[in-house]
Amino acid sequence: MAVQALKDYNFPSADSQDKFHGGQLLYVGWDDHLMFCAPFAFCLPPSMPFSELCEKVLPNSFGYHPEWAKVDFKAATWLKSGQPWQPDMSKTLAEQGLKHKDILRLKTPGLKGLAGSSS
Amino acid sequence: MDMHATKKKLGIKEKYAHMTRGLDWETSYQPMDKVFPQATFEGIKIHDWDKWEDPFRLTMDSYWKYQAEKERKLYAVLDAFAQNNGHLGLTDARYLNAIKLFLTGISPLEYVAHRGFAAAGRNFPGVGPRVACLMQSVDEMRHAQTQIHALSNYNKHYDGFHDFKHMLERVWYLSVPKSFFDDAFSAGPFEYMIAIGFSFEYVLTNLLFVPFMSGAAYNGDMATVTFGFSAQSDEARHMTLGLECIKFMLEQDPDNLPIVQKWIDKWAWRGVRVLTLVAMMMDYMLPKRVMSWKEAWEIYFEQNGGALFADLARYGITMPECLKQCSIDKEHIGHQAWATFYQYGGAAAFHTWMPSDDEMDWLSAKYPNTFDKYYRARFTHWRDEAEKGNRFYSNTLPMLCQVCQIPMLFTEPDDPTTICYRESDYDGEKYHTCSDGCKHIFDNEPQKYIQAWLPVHQIYQGNCFPEGTDPTVEGFDPLAKVLEWYHFDNGHDNLDFEGSRDQANFAAWRGMATKNT
Amino acid sequence: MSKVFIAFQRNEDTRPIIEAVLADNPHAEAIESPAMVKIDAEGSLVIKRESIEELIGRSFDLQELQMSLITISGHLDEDDDQFKLSWLN
Repeated sequence: MAVQALKDYNFPSADSQDKFHGGQLLYVGWDDHLMFCAPFAFCLPPSMPFSELCEKVLPNSFGYHPEWAKVDFKAATWLKSGQPWQPDMSKTLAEQGLKHKDILRLKTPGLKGLAGSSS
Repeated sequence: MDMHATKKKLGIKEKYAHMTRGLDWETSYQPMDKVFPQATFEGIKIHDWDKWEDPFRLTMDSYWKYQAEKERKLYAVLDAFAQNNGHLGLTDARYLNAIKLFLTGISPLEYVAHRGFAAAGRNFPGVGPRVACLMQSVDEMRHAQTQIHALSNYNKHYDGFHDFKHMLERVWYLSVPKSFFDDAFSAGPFEYMIAIGFSFEYVLTNLLFVPFMSGAAYNGDMATVTFGFSAQSDEARHMTLGLECIKFMLEQDPDNLPIVQKWIDKWAWRGVRVLTLVAMMMDYMLPKRVMSWKEAWEIYFEQNGGALFADLARYGITMPECLKQCSIDKEHIGHQAWATFYQYGGAAAFHTWMPSDDEMDWLSAKYPNTFDKYYRARFTHWRDEAEKGNRFYSNTLPMLCQVCQIPMLFTEPDDPTTICYRESDYDGEKYHTCSDGCKHIFDNEPQKYIQAWLPVHQIYQGNCFPEGTDPTVEGFDPLAKVLEWYHFDNGHDNLDFEGSRDQANFAAWRGMATKNT
Repeated sequence: MSKVFIAFQRNEDTRPIIEAVLADNPHAEAIESPAMVKIDAEGSLVIKRESIEELIGRSFDLQELQMSLITISGHLDEDDDQFKLSWLN
């Protein structure tokens, strides 16, 4: 639906990819671990291998949680925009089709948060 | 009060009629639609502006008389508070953080409301609503000024009160109330009246002011109680204006109904999201609690709002669908918001802390369905870790909702263990929202919300560092630079209450006030 | 029928007003909180100028209520003699 306005109403997006100095936004949430109140927003180079995301970026952000040490990426599953999605660890973000502002949810079976409370 | 009711020459109905009608004229140099260019583009049809009536029938002469008296009373109290070191009468210095949030998040918006009502008054072709908007515009300016004056006394003694205006335009959580008002102000005058006059003032303002002011009274903050109630004495009039405005639009033309309903749906949800900050304040920030957020919601929204919508049903207005979700959310949002501020407490201009055992028991009693099941383990873990010197501060920026700009902290209505993810595609780009309510708002006006100034994205774009910052130098600390740009005194304004300068000073000064040392 | 309400600051000015309201509206109920009194009433609530004047011993202008009002709920109709809140259904 169009904005009701006095004049033509058309403005560029504030967050198009060209504004991020070569990076792209990627959001990652860890299901059943609400100790992290919201998914994280990352600005990453599209050339980053997915393995680096899992081995370096995510541990830095999620590592405070006592269950993070038990995360097994071989057993973990992912959702992209709510749909099952299978990453290839050796490929880069761009190579496996992750676009600017895509959202991933990490699901780690068996890990249910602090005292099983999904925290 | 030593007021004298003088014998009147006119009754208030006659006086109102004389002083709010026949004050305008048909322009001759310019056509009326050029003089009032915003009167019709929103699609609202008005046939007879004279049908507008303020039920208080307040006229400018009475307005000045009563407002002047309110100011005299207020400033006498503020002087007494300052002269008598009133700040040392607070229950606990933790309380101060609630009013830091108020000063930075609410007071500047009173000023924006002042501008908004001035603009609405300018743009309405009818004299009755113009007079009412003028009074409300002056009221809102008064509220901004009296709040700033009252709270400036705390700025002499405590951290975090020093630069609210600068912060409003930059800080991540203040973008929530700021964007709410910007959204309203950038709409047309009729939508503004529904947004602020009706949805906010009538449906939701009680939830903001009444608990805040009672909270201040419970916690010994005489200055805030006084400015709060002084402002609130105007709110009854604002609420009446909001309700009158909606009745007026609905009675003028049947075509107005779907437009008004759409705005109510939008603005009730926008308002509810902003009130998340109040929920957290009531449940966590007041050392002495007034009532839980859940109780306040039940009294002021479910009962009062229910009565309102039952009444408006005769015009065909229905309660916004999204508000039904609030009966679920009321059990969660205070806890979820406080957990958020706790973990991002390094980047807030107030202190955060974990509740004591007593306070957790109070929360269990007030939230028997949710607190122990979903939140106690999290909070206990954090407290234990803090005691071991491992206090939790999240080191990564959170994802924000494109519409309400709150971190994506809200959970699915039917599953409080899962974050609520919604997304829309517009013009080749993805946009993420926190709820069906916010997604619906986005999808209705994507062109408006794609421009949102989302603090997290702005930081990543490099727009939130002091001028001249080079983010490529070795050892660059982005958080420190962002805080500098926010004008936060890093290490004093932010972090945990435990170990803060406020905590130490309050204890020392109160000791001096009660002992002969 | 829905409830209307009105809340006043609790001070010496409002003490006789609240007393008059409760006397004139036997169905109303006062709920006290720190610094504030909220009066709930089923359907409608009427504040009468004469009843207040009787208690304070001077003439009273109903617009003086604005000095210590906190909030109201319901449709308002105010004239020189009474201040009435009601829901229409």
